[in-house]
Amino acid sequence: MTFSDILKQKFSNERSRSIWQSLHIDVPLLLALILLVLLGLLILYSASGQNKDIVQQQGIRFGIAAAVMFVFAQIPPRTYQFWALPLYLIGLVLLVAVLIVGHMGNGAPRWLNLGFFKFQPSELMKLAIPMFLAWHFHKIHLPLKIRSVIFAGIIIFVPAILAAKQPDLGTGVILMVAGLSVLFLAGLSFRFMAILTFIIACCTPILWFFMHNYQRQRVLTFLNPEKDPLGNGYHIIQSKIAIGSGGMFGKGWLNGTQSHLHFLPERATDFIFAVSGEEFGFVGSSILILLFMIIIARGLVITINAQDTFTRLLAGGLTLTFFFSFFINMGMVTGILPVVGVPLPLISYGGSSIVTMMASFGILMSIQTHRKLLGT
Amino acid sequence: MRRILIKDHVQEIQLIKNRAIIGLVLMFLLIFCLIGRLAYLQLAKNDLYTTLSKKNWLDLVPVEPTRGLIFDRNGVVLAENIPIFSLDVVPDKIDNMAMLLSQITKIIPLTDLEIAQFQKQLKEHRRFDEIPLKMRLTEDEVATFADHQYQFPGVIVKARLMRHYPFGDSFTHVLGYVGRINPQELDEIDVANYSASNYIGKTGIEKFYEDELHGTVGYEQVENDASGEPVRVLNRIKSVPGQNVYLTLDSKLQQAVEKALDGHRGAVVAIQPSTGQILAMVSEPTYDPNIFVTGVSTQDYKTLQDSLDRPLYDRALRGLYPLGSTIKPYYALQGLNTGIIDEHFSIQDPGWFQLKNSDHIFHDHKKYGHGIVNVSKAIITSCDTFFYELASRMGIERMDQILNQFGFGQLSGVDLEDELPGNVATPEWKRRVKGMNWFPGDTINAGIGQGFMQATPLQLAQGVATLANRGVRITPHLLLAQQEPGKAMMSESVTTPYKITLNNNHYWDIVITAMQDVIRSDSGTGYRFGRDAPYTVAAKTGTVQVIRKTNYENDHENQDNWPERLRDHSVFIAFAPVENPQIALAIIVENSNQASVIARKIFDYYLVGPQTLNAPAPTDKTQDTNHDIIEGTPYDVQ
Repeated sequence: MTFSDILKQKFSNERSRSIWQSLHIDVPLLLALILLVLLGLLILYSASGQNKDIVQQQGIRFGIAAAVMFVFAQIPPRTYQFWALPLYLIGLVLLVAVLIVGHMGNGAPRWLNLGFFKFQPSELMKLAIPMFLAWHFHKIHLPLKIRSVIFAGIIIFVPAILAAKQPDLGTGVILMVAGLSVLFLAGLSFRFMAILTFIIACCTPILWFFMHNYQRQRVLTFLNPEKDPLGNGYHIIQSKIAIGSGGMFGKGWLNGTQSHLHFLPERATDFIFAVSGEEFGFVGSSILILLFMIIIARGLVITINAQDTFTRLLAGGLTLTFFFSFFINMGMVTGILPVVGVPLPLISYGGSSIVTMMASFGILMSIQTHRKLLGT
Repeated sequence: MRRILIKDHVQEIQLIKNRAIIGLVLMFLLIFCLIGRLAYLQLAKNDLYTTLSKKNWLDLVPVEPTRGLIFDRNGVVLAENIPIFSLDVVPDKIDNMAMLLSQITKIIPLTDLEIAQFQKQLKEHRRFDEIPLKMRLTEDEVATFADHQYQFPGVIVKARLMRHYPFGDSFTHVLGYVGRINPQELDEIDVANYSASNYIGKTGIEKFYEDELHGTVGYEQVENDASGEPVRVLNRIKSVPGQNVYLTLDSKLQQAVEKALDGHRGAVVAIQPSTGQILAMVSEPTYDPNIFVTGVSTQDYKTLQDSLDRPLYDRALRGLYPLGSTIKPYYALQGLNTGIIDEHFSIQDPGWFQLKNSDHIFHDHKKYGHGIVNVSKAIITSCDTFFYELASRMGIERMDQILNQFGFGQLSGVDLEDELPGNVATPEWKRRVKGMNWFPGDTINAGIGQGFMQATPLQLAQGVATLANRGVRITPHLLLAQQEPGKAMMSESVTTPYKITLNNNHYWDIVITAMQDVIRSDSGTGYRFGRDAPYTVAAKTGTVQVIRKTNYENDHENQDNWPERLRDHSVFIAFAPVENPQIALAIIVENSNQASVIARKIFDYYLVGPQTLNAPAPTDKTQDTNHDIIEGTPYDVQ
């Protein structure tokens, strides 16, 4: 073999792909994430009133989150499978612990202070629920029987209600979505889904009873924001004005009057999509959505490529959860869904949900890169 | 069996694949809805929302809530809101600010201070805020400006309420004052709730009860014409006025205290022992808080800050003084309670004390001693030698224990910001702060209230009130009641953080009787108070040296020739009447021996009646008739 042959082999497409493979990094997913995060920091700079400290802090968080993603990508799926049950149980115990000895954070006890750092158990649950259900369904063989659907229901709703009582309705909703996504992929029959929808509709009064006052207010406001323009409807009216006044191409970066005159509340966190809508217009918003959808598409490719039931359900579940996280946020900011307090993933300012989100991408990469390659 | 499993596995994979594809379709449908919604808002309704956004900032006008009033315990107003007219400017509507200011000055004179403050506000506010240029316009000025209004678009005369303190400098330290909101405060408050507010509590009660006093902002939704002027109010959410606050202070007593202090620097705290209510809290010298409301000039502030008398310094809450001999009743109690001494235990006082294995001599304030001294006599004559001996027997741990029980070295929990805890000196403290070991001599010094221990006048008052209550320590407080607008008053409850229980309640009698004799006995150190009070008093005097006397033979009684600021401070704690304590008092007078004289005036006013304050001070007479005693035992010398 000549020297040039060796070089050729070393730097051929085939070879370089396997370098990423051995690092357990999925290149298309990584590129899409980098693009989205950079765009997010740009929007945050404007939304925070050109506060460099906030952008820098967010950047540091992404640095930490990227490290977490990398570590999660190295762990083989078999290990996740092994840890699915213990992780879920630990998460459940911590959720209960938070209710009992919860530390005050954001005016509500969602944090558990572990001495050296503060930790939100509901974030752990975002990964633990789909992992546990995927493991369970992998074990019992599909298609689903009624008994296992009811079991899965309990597995999902107990932590979701605990999280919603914390009180963080947004996280509760995401936990529910995470579990239901796996259930859906596992082949929950459409007839059953219809029945479930009916039951939920009947349960609404009970759910209403369990809600905190401000959570009820949000639902009422969603139904008719104009009724209370200065109080609870204020968020959504101002947000619609911001987006609507953006027009086709937007008012330009840093030029959003709604955001910079402080009319838009929570503009760096839950309502950041309104800032991008105002400053980048319909075209900008669509590009942002497209970026999100590229990540979703890659997630589904990984799902279909996965080799066993556990990895398939987990990959699919995480991908669907990511979809609903950003869809619910955009839906509430544009006024087609009630304001439930879900941040825009990877764009909104804030700590622990970024780490969880990146960890879930780490798991996706692990599933993609730990496949045993079969000869064709 | 195995075959079925494999078949299931294939089926499973197919199932999930199918579901993933259904999921993808579903997601595309949802995204389609979202894009549709964006298109509706941003393309179809763009004109509507652009219009709404353009006039948005004028749509919602916040309305300032009326700040709650502050009253004393008898309903006398201590802080009120008076209506004034101010001249406000909206910077966004002004093209040339310098020209505008010079034109306004021609009609309404502006001072340099007003212009400087306006320029400062200009930087801290948004361009469309109304910024006051001149406060408190006279009626003539309002009329004059009305004639010229057409020349000044963007400048308006606005009626507003201004905080005013009718008693001027009488309540400054305890009430505090409000002032303009500064950028640091902006970070800590709910900006929306303060969007119409000009003031925030800066110190004292105004700061501590800021949340209650401030109230909740209201809003008016205003429709504007093309030029941006409001045409009509469409919608209104009323502001909620702040709560009225009733304080435990008695404004008449407070003023009587000030009068009694008569220009001396010092602090007085008077507490009702049974409730912990603070009746008077005075720190002299003081200043007029009203100058801070409209904004104080740098010059005036510097004068206050640089003054040698330190008027800005709240001596009652933050002044740290050694207890001096007023510490003795507490140690006497501890000595009795721990069984180290009993009421018959006595020493022969030669006028000095010496530790074994040490050359150092601790002197008594009376050169040749007090003779045979038991615990009662030791309190009455303030015998230092006795307490040196007691300290050496008790040890610092037990001494500190009783001080902690009386609340020294810890925050009293009074409802004011920035209280200082003082400190009870322990060997551990000395090692940590001074980096030195604790010597036996430190314990002896501590025995007469000297050395490292420090307390605030408020703590002194709490201590003597606890004595009056025979061990029940009640948190001193200023809030009597608060009242939401249109609702009944809510009274504050009393909290008892600690109760001291002695092995024998008779020990209280021994100490309190001795404290009574401080005033009524011929040999008592409280002779300046006068022995003719028509009520019973238990008291203890104390002296705090400002400079260390190098020559003990100096004539300490007569410091009248000394430079004023080098003279000793006098301390006095007392409560009265003994059988049913109504008032407990702590006084510190800097560089003067007048503490007990001042205490007499305050007690007479509170327990006998206001006329006594104007009568000639009884102490002068007493001093003359007891001249021999003055020579014998006037001072505790350390």
